[in-house]
Amino acid sequence: MQGLKDRLKRWSGSRLFWPLVGLVLVLFFNLIFVEGFFSIEMKDGHLYGRIIDIVKNAGCYMLLAIGMTLVVATGGIDISVGSMCAISGAVMAALVGGELSGIPHHSYGIAIAAALAVSVVLGLWNGFLVAKLEIQPVVATLILMVAGRGIAQLVTQGQIITVYYKPYAYLGSFTPGLILPTSIFIVAIVLTMALVAVKKTSLGLFIQSAGINRTATRYSGINVKKLIYMVYGFCGLCAGVAGLVISSMVKAADGNNAGLGYEMDAILAVALGGNSMNGGRFSIMGSIIGALIIQSITTTMYALGVSPQVLPVVKAVVVISICLIQSDDFRRVLADLFKKDGRSQHEQVAVKL
Amino acid sequence: MNKLQLSSKYLSLIVTIFLFFLLFALGSLKFTGFFSLQNFLNLFIDNAYLIIMAIGTTFILIAGGIDISVGAVLSLTCMLSAYLLEMKHLNPFLVMALMLLMGAAFGLIQGALIHFFKMQPFIVTLAGMFFARGMTAVISIDTIDITDKTYELIANYRIPVFGGAFISISVVIAVIALLIAAYIAHFTKFGRTAYAIGGNEQSAVLMGLSVGRTKIGIYMLGGICSTLSGIVFSFYMRSGFTLHGLGMEMESIASAVIGGTLLTGGVGSVFGTLFGVLIQGTIQTLVMFQGTLSSWWTKIAVAILLCLFIVMQSLLTARRIRKKSQVLKSDISHT
Repeated sequence: MQGLKDRLKRWSGSRLFWPLVGLVLVLFFNLIFVEGFFSIEMKDGHLYGRIIDIVKNAGCYMLLAIGMTLVVATGGIDISVGSMCAISGAVMAALVGGELSGIPHHSYGIAIAAALAVSVVLGLWNGFLVAKLEIQPVVATLILMVAGRGIAQLVTQGQIITVYYKPYAYLGSFTPGLILPTSIFIVAIVLTMALVAVKKTSLGLFIQSAGINRTATRYSGINVKKLIYMVYGFCGLCAGVAGLVISSMVKAADGNNAGLGYEMDAILAVALGGNSMNGGRFSIMGSIIGALIIQSITTTMYALGVSPQVLPVVKAVVVISICLIQSDDFRRVLADLFKKDGRSQHEQVAVKL
Repeated sequence: MNKLQLSSKYLSLIVTIFLFFLLFALGSLKFTGFFSLQNFLNLFIDNAYLIIMAIGTTFILIAGGIDISVGAVLSLTCMLSAYLLEMKHLNPFLVMALMLLMGAAFGLIQGALIHFFKMQPFIVTLAGMFFARGMTAVISIDTIDITDKTYELIANYRIPVFGGAFISISVVIAVIALLIAAYIAHFTKFGRTAYAIGGNEQSAVLMGLSVGRTKIGIYMLGGICSTLSGIVFSFYMRSGFTLHGLGMEMESIASAVIGGTLLTGGVGSVFGTLFGVLIQGTIQTLVMFQGTLSSWWTKIAVAILLCLFIVMQSLLTARRIRKKSQVLKSDISHT
C-alpha cells in the first residue's frame, strides 16, 4: 500500500504526468462519445483511421513544438514560425515549379535542401536579433512574422503555385511502401536528433541554465550567444521541415495562408506540455504530448460535427484551464479551499463525538 | 547631463515624427495629387480604428504587458453589434454601450488572470484571442451586413474642414480618445503608476503603489479601446465577419513600437503611437499611388521600418544603461 502511494506520488511529480492526463482524458472522452474512434483499417498498403489521422496531422505541430520548446527553454519565444513555414513551402514549390506535365524544374532533393537552408538562415537571423542586438524575443521575431508573409509572396510572385509533380505529395501523406504516414517518420527523425543533442550531450543542461539565469551562465564560461544562435537556428529548421509537410499536404504553396496561426498552436503545445514559459526546465516529450492534445481536440470536434470555426473557443477554455492548473497561486487557492472543507469535516466529527 | 538624457528619451519620438514627414514629402514630390489636405486627412479616416486600438496597446506595453487579443476582440465587436442590430433590432446606442461594457469585462477577466494567478500575459491574451475569434464564428460564420440607419448616417457623415476637405465622425472619436489617453498617461496617478510598473514592478510594489488595481485597470482600458476600435471599424466596414481584424494585433503592436514605445515597458507615449499609425498609413498610400507595386511590399516595408526602430531602441537603451552604470561607478569611487 505504502509502495503504491510512493509510486503514485513519483508519477504525479513527473513533468509528463499532467500533460499525459490531459491526453488520456481527451481520448477517454472519444472512447465513450465517438463511435469507432479507435478503429484502424488497411487500404492499399497504408493504415487509415482517426488515430492515424491525429498522429499524421499533429506532425506539423510536433515539429514546430520541438523547436519552440528549446527556444522557450532559453527564456525566449518565436512567433515567426508560421511565416517561416510559408517561406520554406514557397521556396520548395517555386524550385519544383508548377508544370502541368509534372516535370520538376530542379530536382526535388535540391528544392528541399534549398528550402531548409533558407529556413535555417531565417532562424539564425532571429538568433542574431536576440543574441547580438539583445532585442526582446517577442519583438525580434515579430519582424520576421510581419515580413515573412511578404517574402513568401515575393518568392511565389503573389500566386498560389500548384505542383503536379507526383512525389511532392509524399511528405504530407503516404510514401509508397510505407504503412504509416511519412510525417510520423519525419517527426521521429527530428525528435531523435533533438533528444540525442539534449540528453546525451550537455547541450540540454546549458540551454536550461541559460533560461534560468543568463548572466550566471555566461560567468560560468558558457557561450550563451552561440547557444541562442543554435536554438533559434534549430527552431527555424523545424519550422522549415513543417513548412515542407504543410505545402506537400495541399500540393501547393500559398504565401498568405500556409501555416497561418501555427505559431500560436506551437506555443500552445509547449505550454500544454507543462513547460514554464519563463524558461528553464523543459521537456520535449511534454511538448509532443501537447501537440497531440491539440490535434486530438481538433479531430474530436470534427468527429462530433462541430464547425471548425468554433474550435478556438474550446481551445481557449482548455488553455486557460491547463495554465490555471499549472499556476502555483491558483493551486494554493484551491488547496486552501479544500483545507477549509477538511477542517469543517473534522469539526463536524468532533461535534458528533 | 540632464539635457542629454532627456533628448535620448525623446529621440525615437523625434525620429518617428521626422520620418513621417519625410515619407509624406517623398510621396508629394513623386506623385501629383499626393500633397493635399484631404489626402493627409484620409490617413486619419482610414486608420481611425487602428489609432484607437494602438492607444490601448501602448498603455499595456508601457506597463510591461502585451495583449494579442485586440484584433479578435475587434472582430467580435463587429459581429456582435451586427447581430444585435440586425437580428435583435436593438437601439444602436444601446448596442455601442453594451460593446464597451463587453470590452471592459473582457479586459477585467484577462487582467485578473494575469495579476492574481501570475499567468503570462502572452498566454492569457492568446487564449483571449482564440476565445473571441471562436465566439465570432459561433454567432455567425457568414457575413452579416449592418443596414441600421444610425450606423449608415454616422458612417457617411462628413464634417467639413476648411478648403473643401472633410473628416468623418470616426476621426473625431479617435482624436478625443487620443486626448483622453494622453491626459490619463501624463496627468493622473493611474498613468504614472502604469509607467512605474513598466519600469520596475517590484519597485512599484515597494513604493506602495496600487500595482494590482492599475494592472487590471490597464487591461480593462485595453479591452475598452479594442471594442471602441471595433465600433469605429463597424462604421467603416458596416458588416460583421469572422476574418475582420485578422493579424491586426501585430499592426497595433508595430504602431506602438515604431512610435517609440519600449516593449520592455516604462517608456512610450500615445502621440508617438499616433505617428506610428500614420507612418504605416502613409506607406500603404504610397504603395497604392505607385500602382504597380503589390500589396506585399507594404508588409516588407513595415517590417524593415520595425526592424530599424527596434534596433535603434535597443542601441539607445544599451547606451542609457551604460551611462547609468558609469554614474554609479563614479558615485562609488567618490564615497
